[in-house]
Amino acid sequence: MTLVEARGVGRTVELPDGRPLTILSGVDLTVSEGDRVSIVGRSGSGKSTLLNLLGLLDAPTEGELAFLGHDVRRIGSGARDRLRGSEVGFVFQQFNLLPGRTALENVQTPLLYSGGREFWRRERIARDMLERVGLGERLTTKPERLSGGEQQRVAIARALVRKPRLILADEPTGALDLETGAEVMSLIEAVAAETGAALVTITHDPTIAARSNRHFLLRGGRLESADAAGDEPIDGDASTVTEAAEPVEAVA
Amino acid sequence: MTGWLTRTATGIVSTVVEALEELRIHRGRVLLSLIGVAVAVCALTTVVGAGAIAEQAGREMSERYGGRPATVSMNVGTGGAAPDHEAIAAAWQTTLDRHGIEYASRSGYGSLTVQFADGAVPVSMQVVDPDYGPMHRVRLVEGVWFTERDGDRLAPAVIVNEAFWKRLGSPPLATHPTVELVGNGRVTGVVTGVTPAQSEWDVEPTAFILTDSFLPLQSATADPMMGAYMPSYEMWIPDGSADELTESVQRAFESELGGGATVDGWRSDYAAQEEDPFLPIKLMVVGVAVVILLLGALGLLTIALVTVRGRIREIGIRRSFGATAGRVFFSVLMETVVGTFVAGVVGVGVAIALVRSPLMGMALGGAEVQDMPGFPIEAALIGIGAAVAVGALAGLLPALGAVRVKVIDAIRF
Repeated sequence: MTLVEARGVGRTVELPDGRPLTILSGVDLTVSEGDRVSIVGRSGSGKSTLLNLLGLLDAPTEGELAFLGHDVRRIGSGARDRLRGSEVGFVFQQFNLLPGRTALENVQTPLLYSGGREFWRRERIARDMLERVGLGERLTTKPERLSGGEQQRVAIARALVRKPRLILADEPTGALDLETGAEVMSLIEAVAAETGAALVTITHDPTIAARSNRHFLLRGGRLESADAAGDEPIDGDASTVTEAAEPVEAVA
Repeated sequence: MTGWLTRTATGIVSTVVEALEELRIHRGRVLLSLIGVAVAVCALTTVVGAGAIAEQAGREMSERYGGRPATVSMNVGTGGAAPDHEAIAAAWQTTLDRHGIEYASRSGYGSLTVQFADGAVPVSMQVVDPDYGPMHRVRLVEGVWFTERDGDRLAPAVIVNEAFWKRLGSPPLATHPTVELVGNGRVTGVVTGVTPAQSEWDVEPTAFILTDSFLPLQSATADPMMGAYMPSYEMWIPDGSADELTESVQRAFESELGGGATVDGWRSDYAAQEEDPFLPIKLMVVGVAVVILLLGALGLLTIALVTVRGRIREIGIRRSFGATAGRVFFSVLMETVVGTFVAGVVGVGVAIALVRSPLMGMALGGAEVQDMPGFPIEAALIGIGAAVAVGALAGLLPALGAVRVKVIDAIRF
């Protein structure tokens, strides 16, 4: 089933002096259930903007973007928020756990925005999810007392606790060492495989990108398929990313 | 329909749960930011509460002189003829009975000579009926006010002031201390009560005596200082119908008296004044309270704005997990509203303790309030209401700011 379908999607913002700045243009991308997609690109290449669009945090200024068949520009703000809450899970580079809350409370947070039984059973569900990521013994520990790997596990549990159909991972291993990063990615992939969710990973790290089965490069606001271009699939060679990274192009 | 109801109910509950959760997590900061509000509410409530007690003290003082609302006094003019007090009293009683008026008293001044241990002294007597006490809120520091049965005593009851009592040697009233009263004859009176000194200058002995006890004793000749005894006739009637009743009673009294007698009636209580005599106090209290509250609100607003800036990242994270703008708005607003409500309750609690403390009694000029008002409920409601209003106002700007947060920018903040 197609989750996200982007056709000629672009995003332009207005600079303080009134000039337009095009961050993304002509993006075509289809993400279906079970897909493993990686997007690599330099800082400023438009990765965050693309993440915002895929995660329903923003709407395109050109082209068509459909989420589960619905044109996102026609979905109201509140409905978009609710759709994001139920269908999209975010994993961030800096984990972004809520300070002062225990691991269990952090994982319960998305369930606060869920209606019905999920809300009333939120503690049970969050507990099961934390056990699933191997943190059954650290339920009442606050993020400050968890290691980086453990914090990212909590973040993964939180992202997946509502069983989203689309997982957006923004540099998920960026703050972890290589070994822990690999473990975390394995965990995300395993949990995503269980629910059949699509996983879109934005990364600088070619070894992480190589774990996907579809690979894209983001250059100057344009998304290019590394597979379709006839390139060798990204295999973890750092030169691939170096080559992909280009100076930011502002399309006026 | 049921599904919609369940979703709505869950939505409301989850919103409140989230807001309370936020409040719990940030309780330390919230408590700190609310100290100012709690102090402001405490000050506001204390001022309003103390103001109500001061007003009551002032009202009671006015009532001691002019009577409680509505007290109407009537003077009888006999056209120069010597008044027949018994006939006037009979006409007065008939008039009162006809109008169903329960509280009434004659009130006049006379003088009797009292034989103290150190000599005989002319003492000013306020000559009244038993109802005068409740009508004028007469306070006693010892003994009890006159009853109807005191009029039948052979030894007249007298209620003396503290100066009088001290001059007698402050005897316990249980021993039924007596005094020699000299007027048109000599009689032994019994001291049955003592009124407190009105001020430190209240050093001359004075006393209350019942009209029925005084009339047989009054001198045939007018007292050179006080003039002839000529009481005013007072009645205590419902405030709402005072004007019509006064007119009716005045006509009926005049008619009962007959023989060209005239009756003048007027309201003597403070409430008869067109302007509220306590308005300046009330305005001052409100003015002080508003300034205090504004200062508290300003502090809260500053802290709330700074706090939201510091929580932009957190708000962004919540938005990314499905929190709608409405949820974030409500959560931030709830935090200040619930917080200020708690601060309001604490402030009001402290204010109640302060207002009820003996210190406050002293601060109110030592006014001994007879009908001590319970802590005025309106003061408590004003305090808590003002706190919540301040919370809502101070929370509005930060909440609007929180809604405008750009999610991804906030997460990377």
